[in-house]
Amino acid sequence: MEHASIMNKKRRVSDQLLEALIYLCAFLAVGLLLGIIGYVFWRGFRTVNWSFLVTEQSPTKGIMGIAGNIVNTLYIVVLTLLAATPIGVGGAIYLNEYAKPGKFVSLVQFTIETLTGIPSIIFGLFGNVFFGKIFGYSMLTGALTLTIMVLPLIARNTQEALRTVPDSYRSGALGIGATKWYMIRTILLPSAMPGILTGVILAIGRIVGESAALLFTAGSGYYLPKGGMGLFRKLFESGGTMTIELYLQMAKGKYDVAFGIACVLLALVLLLNLLTKYLAGRLNVENRK
Amino acid sequence: MAEKQSFSIKGNRKNKALVEHVAEAVFTVCALLAVVAVASITVYMIINGTPALFKVGIKEILFGTVWQPAAKDPSFGILYVILTSIVGTTAAVLIGAPVGILTAVFIEEIASPRLAAIVKPAVELLAGIPSVIYGLLGIYLLNPMMYKLEIALFADAPDHQFTGGANLISAVIVLAVMILPTVINVTVSALHAVPKQQKAASLAMGATRIQTIFKVLLPSARSGIAAAVVLGTGRAIGEAMAITLVSGSSVNMPLPFNSVRFLTTAIVAEMGYAAGLHRQVLFTIGLVLFVFIMFINISLTKILKGREDS
Repeated sequence: MEHASIMNKKRRVSDQLLEALIYLCAFLAVGLLLGIIGYVFWRGFRTVNWSFLVTEQSPTKGIMGIAGNIVNTLYIVVLTLLAATPIGVGGAIYLNEYAKPGKFVSLVQFTIETLTGIPSIIFGLFGNVFFGKIFGYSMLTGALTLTIMVLPLIARNTQEALRTVPDSYRSGALGIGATKWYMIRTILLPSAMPGILTGVILAIGRIVGESAALLFTAGSGYYLPKGGMGLFRKLFESGGTMTIELYLQMAKGKYDVAFGIACVLLALVLLLNLLTKYLAGRLNVENRK
Repeated sequence: MAEKQSFSIKGNRKNKALVEHVAEAVFTVCALLAVVAVASITVYMIINGTPALFKVGIKEILFGTVWQPAAKDPSFGILYVILTSIVGTTAAVLIGAPVGILTAVFIEEIASPRLAAIVKPAVELLAGIPSVIYGLLGIYLLNPMMYKLEIALFADAPDHQFTGGANLISAVIVLAVMILPTVINVTVSALHAVPKQQKAASLAMGATRIQTIFKVLLPSARSGIAAAVVLGTGRAIGEAMAITLVSGSSVNMPLPFNSVRFLTTAIVAEMGYAAGLHRQVLFTIGLVLFVFIMFINISLTKILKGREDS
């Protein structure tokens, strides 16, 4: 990179200014990130302890715990993925393996891109009047709304992964007499698995961090489900995830609790990020072979 | 694709053909669901957003400036809300986009590969931070700072309504930070896609590194950068939870030190208790936001298409 120009000896002030500006912006961006993460951990660390994580909130007893919200978060993640993964993967398989280029394919591609661009508050409004009309403020309403929201993430990543599977795999499988569905099931899906998992983990990250789409769909309950039946009944009860509880606490001005939840959330986001990196690495290695 | 017939000599051919057809049908339905979802969102936003327009009057809602939904004689003018979203988003993009583009230049052109390998994931991480956390930091750190500034600036202005720092500037700063990762990531891939010969040619002609970046690389990647800015705009105009508390709680002209409501925050703040006509107007606000977003989406598709064609 150095000495690429023969004019190097001449110092240009405008060049140096611009270069300084570039450095400044980069340091600003990275500094912001480090600042945000550092500050949240530093400020929230004091609040987080074992009982904060494993007890249920009880305003009457004056106990603050986020166990109910943690369970709600997990619940909604599982429920959403149960619906979104098969649909997203299925849609991607259709687009990549079955569809012939044409109007329908570009329509589907366009709608997937549109879904990516729709802000979560719109999903929240839609979920509120569409699913909420049937199921009220409930985990089910929330999960169905989020299913539409994370669909493009899973579909796109699956498509990317399917594209990287060499065509020779397909013709090889079909050539020795496998049917198409058999080929997809035993050759394509396993080869595309790291990509699909990346999509799923990105979706988990999006669900964990989501708030605007859940406020008017899943609501803000904070009780733990009681027993096995309680877990089922929870489907039709309202439940706030950690982000919702964080928002409500901060609206009440209880910043200690809010930073405690932020701390837990951030740790979770960091973990998911590492997991995505690891999987992306695996996907690359597969490509190189 | 090739013949869909199965060539296996084992098993029942009819059954296999059936399974094949079912599989294809199921996958088609999955793909169709995305179309159905967008169609129903559009239809539902229109169904729920338009009644208030006719009940209150299009002019009264879109161009009215008085927002008093709970008054005895309620008034539902959302002009200031729309203007706030436009002004706030524009300001956030004007701040965030240059910083984001230059950071992308740093990652792609200036930084050593080792440094870039640290900065790039860090930026991606910035994208993963939940928006409520940005909001929390905004209200806890930014607002008090703004309040101090406000007290200093308006000490001699008796008719200024003090906002406690929850004002348009705070919201714009939070939004500008939030669009950084989007702008950076998309710009990085746009710069990456510029053919290496162009850079080599420019350097070989004696242009300096900085001249090459600003005269060759950035112009060459302009459609990708345009896409980055448009995506950032979409992100900023649709953001709700991060700025709900940071931007204040009353509907005002979008002036820097005014407490303001955005399209998104107006919905979040009042949806919980609104009923009847008030609720319908909130859906109208949602519809306005939806129209903005659709406009942004379509221009994005145009930009990306234009890039493919050229």
